Amino acid sequence: MTALLEVADVSKFFPVGGGPGGWARLKRRLTGGVQKLAKVHAVDGVSFIVREGETVGLVGESGCGKSTLVRALTRLIDVSDGSIKLGSREVSLKPARVFARDRDRANIQMVFQDAGESVNPRFTAFDAIADPLRRLRRLRGKPLRKRVETVASQCGLPLQLLTRFPHQLSGGQRARVGIARAIAVEPNLLVLDEPTAALDVSVQVVILQLLQRLKQELGMSYLFVSHDLSVVKLLCDRVLVMYLGKIVESGPTVEVFEHPLHPYTRALVAAAPRLDESANKNLRLTGEPRSPIDPDPNVCRFYGRCPRGTDACRTAMPELRAFGEHRVACHFAEEFLST
Amino acid sequence: MTSSLALSVEGLSVEFRTRSGIVRALEDVSFAVGKGETVALVGESGSGKSVTAYAVMGILDPAARIRAGRIMLGGLEMLSAKPSKLADVRGRDIAMIFQNPRSALNPIRPVGKQIGDVLLRHGKVSRRDASAEAVEMLRAVGITDPARRAKAYPFEMSGGMCQRVMIAIALSAKPSLLIADEPTTGLDVTTQAVIMDLIGDLAGKMGMATIFITHDLALAGQRSDRIIVMHAGHVVENAPTDQLFVHPRHPYTAELIAATPDSAQSLNELAAIPGALPDLRRSDLPPCRYSERCPRKLASCDQPLPRVFLGTSHLVACWNPLPDENSTKAAKVGAA
Repeated sequence: MTALLEVADVSKFFPVGGGPGGWARLKRRLTGGVQKLAKVHAVDGVSFIVREGETVGLVGESGCGKSTLVRALTRLIDVSDGSIKLGSREVSLKPARVFARDRDRANIQMVFQDAGESVNPRFTAFDAIADPLRRLRRLRGKPLRKRVETVASQCGLPLQLLTRFPHQLSGGQRARVGIARAIAVEPNLLVLDEPTAALDVSVQVVILQLLQRLKQELGMSYLFVSHDLSVVKLLCDRVLVMYLGKIVESGPTVEVFEHPLHPYTRALVAAAPRLDESANKNLRLTGEPRSPIDPDPNVCRFYGRCPRGTDACRTAMPELRAFGEHRVACHFAEEFLST
Repeated sequence: MTSSLALSVEGLSVEFRTRSGIVRALEDVSFAVGKGETVALVGESGSGKSVTAYAVMGILDPAARIRAGRIMLGGLEMLSAKPSKLADVRGRDIAMIFQNPRSALNPIRPVGKQIGDVLLRHGKVSRRDASAEAVEMLRAVGITDPARRAKAYPFEMSGGMCQRVMIAIALSAKPSLLIADEPTTGLDVTTQAVIMDLIGDLAGKMGMATIFITHDLALAGQRSDRIIVMHAGHVVENAPTDQLFVHPRHPYTAELIAATPDSAQSLNELAAIPGALPDLRRSDLPPCRYSERCPRKLASCDQPLPRVFLGTSHLVACWNPLPDENSTKAAKVGAA
């Protein structure tokens, strides 16, 4: 399998204490401009690849930079540093505003968390699905109608519902509209940001199976962002674990969840409720995450919450090291290798 | 018998008057919670979990009407009690943790003051001691540097910390019954585990009964003694937690378990539940509201909903519950 998406050293920083208003502007001028402001390191030197036809999961707690990374990859925002390659084409150079009309726009599409919120409430289901086709494919009239009806039936959306507005649809139907809109322009890479978080389990199953089927039929790759480890386990071939802007562990899903090497992943796996076992109280994370504002580059991001936390963790940032397919950023990964 | 129960609900029916008709949200809901027991209410959205909790708290929407039923909290009949009596009971004997702590807390009042309000209302402390006691409560729910945090506003705290403050408010008057309505929805799994540990530990320490509302079957399984499964305003099954997973007897419970992602090895093994919740505004709702989705429907399902007791503590509302041989096989797998 060849790499479809290659992300190399991508970073996204947000300056803090900036903002609009005369006072903030004056302060900036006196202190040396935007460059001198403290920065939130939302995404900090992230590299990974997504191969053709692969489903990659992205997990991590809220505030760890998952959404920022996803928004940078889908080119809704500009990166601060690094390169994003889709196939052989570099897509990180054009500003987001220009990229919106670029021919690569159709190749990366996104399914948002809650279709009730992310679909224009004044658009009917038809208009929502037709919108990207009008803008990116310049389809009009009969061919447009035909294409919309094709994707709607691919997504199991009854055609008589196409005239309805989002509030007239059920949660599952709205999720189908969100998916149909994203696949209408035949993307190679579909980024899904918790597509089933707002759904009940009974509906979630149907949507997950729909996604699985579409992937096989259309040969897309998925980047699947989720909180729910049991869903990631079922859907994803490989998984990336993020903590405070960095990838701390990656590898084949089964291996990462069965034999987690990073202490954060171990706590995450232990905390996820399971039907077949009672709560494991030994691995609990205490305290709050470190501040993402100008973090010390020589301190492990997990230091302070990590049950281990030695002097080495305070003086050297652990690099991602490979153990076969499995990569982990921890000085003490070897200790868990055998267990 | 009454003395060993923290709460008993009998034949509770609640309806909402809306512009598009009367929604029969709860129909003949009965269950009991023993002292110190943790009971989970599970079901899909729209099944009536939260309405049940709100009815018990006496904080239903004005559009709601309680058509029938009895709610006994200790020795007090809640539905006929005077509003002033209810106001005394709420917070002191029964308390609630709401789903979204950020919107449930007062955004313009420091959290320490909000805890103090509860203490003062129920006369537990003098005005002078209230703030010190509030700091103690914050310490008890595991907030570091509680004296400084007591002066903070909700927006200055993370979601997990706000939820801890909610817990502190709910527990400050040491109630005998705590209702937690999806207390960890919207929190990370790692935070969820810590918060659930905290509720469990404090409830155990204070001998408090807990009703824990969730849609996450796996979480309910880990954290409760007994599970009550609701569907479209009915209690369909009520069983001890370990029995419910190994011996689900109501077809809906079995399908709910089969739809939980954790129960399967691959996506194809997961089974969707066919159909959807019936429209509760319909006037021709069948006696069993699951019958239109049910794979085991019989002709006898048109009769009024039964309450079948299997053993002493397992109740199922079904004319054709799943047979036992099915579950003995599952029990063997569970034991192996």
